[in-house]
Amino acid sequence: RALTGSVAGTGEGAPSTSRVFVVRRDQDIYIQTLRKLFNESHGIFMGLQRSEEELAGKSRKAQLVQVSKNYRSVIRACMEDMHQAAISTRDPALQGQYSTQVSILSAMELIWNLCEILFVEAAAAGPLLLRLLDWVRLHVCDVDSMVREVLSSENPSKHKLFWNVVDIFVLQGRMDEARHLLSKEASANPTSMNMYKILDDLMKKMPVPSLGNTQTLTELELKWQHWHEECQRYLQDGTFASNPHMESICKVLLGDEDAILEKKELMTTWYHFLVTRLLYSHPTVKPMELRFYAQSSMDLFLGGESSPEPLDMILMAAFEFEMHQVIKECSIVLSNWWFVAHLTDLLDHCKLLQSHNLYFGSNMREFLLLEYASGLFSHHSLWQLGVDYFDHCPQYGRVYLELHIERIPLSTEQKALKVLRICEQRQMHEQVRSICKIMAMKALRNNRLGSALSWSIRAKDAAFATLISDRFLKDYCERGCFSDLDLIDNLGPSMLLSDRLTFLGKYREFHRLYGEKRFPEAARLLLTLMTAHIAPCSFWMTLLTDALPLLEQKEVIFSAEQTYELMRCLEDLTAGNPDKQKFQDDDVETTKVEMLRLALARNLARVIVKEGTVEGS
Amino acid sequence: AMEDVSAKFVSQKISRTRWRPLPPAALQSPDVFATGSWDNEDNRISIWSSGDLGNAGLNGEYHGEPRLLCDIQHNGDVMDMQFLDQERIVVASSTGTVTIFRHHQNNQTLSANHRWEKAHYHVDQDTSCGGAACTGVVCSNPEIVTVGEDGRINLFRADQKDAVRTIDNADSSTLHAVTFLRTTEILTVNSIGQLKIWDLRHQRNEPSQIFSLAGDRVPLHCVDRHPNQQHIVATGGQDGMLSIWDIRQGTMPVSLLNAHEAEMWEVHFHPSDPDHLFTCSEDGSLWHWDASTNVSEKPSFLHQGGRSTAYLSHSTINQSVVSAWLSNDPTKDRMEITNLIPNQTLSVNSLDVLGPCLVYGTDTEAIYVNRQLFA
Repeated sequence: RALTGSVAGTGEGAPSTSRVFVVRRDQDIYIQTLRKLFNESHGIFMGLQRSEEELAGKSRKAQLVQVSKNYRSVIRACMEDMHQAAISTRDPALQGQYSTQVSILSAMELIWNLCEILFVEAAAAGPLLLRLLDWVRLHVCDVDSMVREVLSSENPSKHKLFWNVVDIFVLQGRMDEARHLLSKEASANPTSMNMYKILDDLMKKMPVPSLGNTQTLTELELKWQHWHEECQRYLQDGTFASNPHMESICKVLLGDEDAILEKKELMTTWYHFLVTRLLYSHPTVKPMELRFYAQSSMDLFLGGESSPEPLDMILMAAFEFEMHQVIKECSIVLSNWWFVAHLTDLLDHCKLLQSHNLYFGSNMREFLLLEYASGLFSHHSLWQLGVDYFDHCPQYGRVYLELHIERIPLSTEQKALKVLRICEQRQMHEQVRSICKIMAMKALRNNRLGSALSWSIRAKDAAFATLISDRFLKDYCERGCFSDLDLIDNLGPSMLLSDRLTFLGKYREFHRLYGEKRFPEAARLLLTLMTAHIAPCSFWMTLLTDALPLLEQKEVIFSAEQTYELMRCLEDLTAGNPDKQKFQDDDVETTKVEMLRLALARNLARVIVKEGTVEGS
Repeated sequence: AMEDVSAKFVSQKISRTRWRPLPPAALQSPDVFATGSWDNEDNRISIWSSGDLGNAGLNGEYHGEPRLLCDIQHNGDVMDMQFLDQERIVVASSTGTVTIFRHHQNNQTLSANHRWEKAHYHVDQDTSCGGAACTGVVCSNPEIVTVGEDGRINLFRADQKDAVRTIDNADSSTLHAVTFLRTTEILTVNSIGQLKIWDLRHQRNEPSQIFSLAGDRVPLHCVDRHPNQQHIVATGGQDGMLSIWDIRQGTMPVSLLNAHEAEMWEVHFHPSDPDHLFTCSEDGSLWHWDASTNVSEKPSFLHQGGRSTAYLSHSTINQSVVSAWLSNDPTKDRMEITNLIPNQTLSVNSLDVLGPCLVYGTDTEAIYVNRQLFA
């Protein structure tokens, strides 16, 4: 593949001698106009994968032919855009580039069209010739400008290109147009009227295959034989002897190879020569017979003067019905996998490719699609198309997708969301977790705790949710108040994602209850947080300290049992850390513990009295 | 109808499309729209004309693909966009910058008129991990409100260099969209599924009300308010769900409609025909919600354009004006929901409706225009 490189500086003012080379694969992808080709053909590709396979026989074939035509019209549209770009740019280098692209696209369309006729439509003898004639007329040489020039002149029959135009019409089987021009010659030259009438009549009567089922091949062959003999008679009688142009035309009608070869310059290519030969010597040619005519046509046309070019070899392989050869040659010649990937996929849908297992086990269609899609993934924007192509590679598509999708830079949250959706839809759980972790970590570093939590919820990542909760709690301990109350107060069911998160929610609820002066409820909640082990041990001291104001209230809030529980908690806490008591710095700690013990004892005393006196408290 | 859609492949993934507003007394259909791109090394703001005015068809319809009038380079992904007036458009960038572009119609060019760099950013520049995108922008000339990934709300005035007001840390999660509720109140939606009302007259930095969905805190991505009945609000979520809220009552939605299979990116009430609602999604579909069949015996004067005198008693009028959206019971009333995209592939990121015209843009690098929406 074409590799291009460019140098990117490191910038930022640091004294650096290192350079970074930006290497790009597939330069083609970066051409703006081609992006339309990739996007439009993606739509056609998806439509084809989803199309009903229940349709059988003729309707399925018609459907596939339509798909092929759609691809071709996309190529043509791209060609047109590229052409517009070429003529409107002032940069000669760019103009050269665009013009090259135009000829490449033109060659692609030529090849595709031939493949459509021979493989997708699989035209049978009869219609085959008509299709090939259309193909030649559309692609091979541009007669239109010549025709316009001749017709718009004052005296067309005297124009120097007049006979060229008549000849090319005959060579392309455009009889009506040829006859129309000839009539101008006849009216200008009354002496040749007789000759003209005969030639005109012969051209009018020439039997051609029809598209409908109006005649069988045998009927056609019979008629054609008679007509051929009639032409022969006129030629041998010397009817056209006085007019070399008309005599030459008559020889062409008889399929005289030398006569046709004389017009080499007009036909420009050997495949034009091939079709003309077939038209005038074997109009009922069968598909399988094409190869012989093709080979001999190329030999005769090139005549040993020039050697065949890659395009010639590809077309030859097509005429020989060597599909794999066509694909192989195209892969070598073209710098982008687009063409071969889509064409092969279409041929595969036509059930024409045998599963040629390549050395690493997957078939040709899949191999080409994988290569194409991988190329898309190297583009900053077209990677989204690549996903769909991987989806339709049954053997290795998923693995490729997993590897590629991890390497997409997640520059914004929006992009991360889209990548995430792709992974979720395909049950790529590992990638989902990985992406959410990256985004959550970024959010955490930026102090966006709500965002971080949102990502954790999406990945159902309990560990990260715990991390975030710890952060909140740490903030609380440092500042004495909660940040982001809008988040903590509205956790909803997501609170259950992790124990720490649940604790955070409940702890905040305790504060709320306290603020609303609903002391008994607050007290109950506080106790539950410790006894149900929802609170982490590290936080118990804080909780017990929070209990102090409740213990100091005028009204007795904690019941006897609750007080015993609190005392037990305190003892559990202090018993576990005998060292702490010895530290001088922990004067505050020891004071706290003492205060708690005192408050608990006082509360216990009061509550025993209260419970003892009041009935059923 | 499907045949009235003209498509154009534009070699850039479209993140936003917006019709240019029509002058107040205008009779013609909208013609010009703007698009913004994303995920390109070179993103662009482009202005298009939606029909070839020279090729009017038999009935005077325009048939032709959108035509580029002018474009300009934009730094960062285009996250959101809104026309400030006929000539100016405000654009929110993934770099956190907010820019006003001016469209010069005499020579068909665009220029950057005013820029607020770092309108959105993460607080600690030293430890911050990447920039903060500006995710939403809404205008009411000359006021502009923006929200972003930094949870910040900014209030700008066009042509005033500094922000009029900034609410730092308004939200601990990402704010995804903003819209005006009333002239002094705005609505925001965030990534933990909350809808908040902010009263800009008050100096305190707290929302005046918070609404949230009952279940999981599914992020909300878009919000729109009913054009005539200001208590009706629609939001779209990450799970593709459409929620209709009545903000006069309760803190939970009035109805939840299971819509798309993936994120709903935009929701729009039709500005002049609000019984019609449009949503688009990451799943590649664009839905037209038609609640006009819900309201029975709608008096004729409520139809668009009618100026006939209403011979109805006062009570009947009040009854009929209760919106189709609030009285919606999917099992009882019929709401017609149509997917306007026949062969969906990649995400439809944005849509806009004005009059009989719909424009939308996709990740398949194409823009689509339908000029006969209600035909």
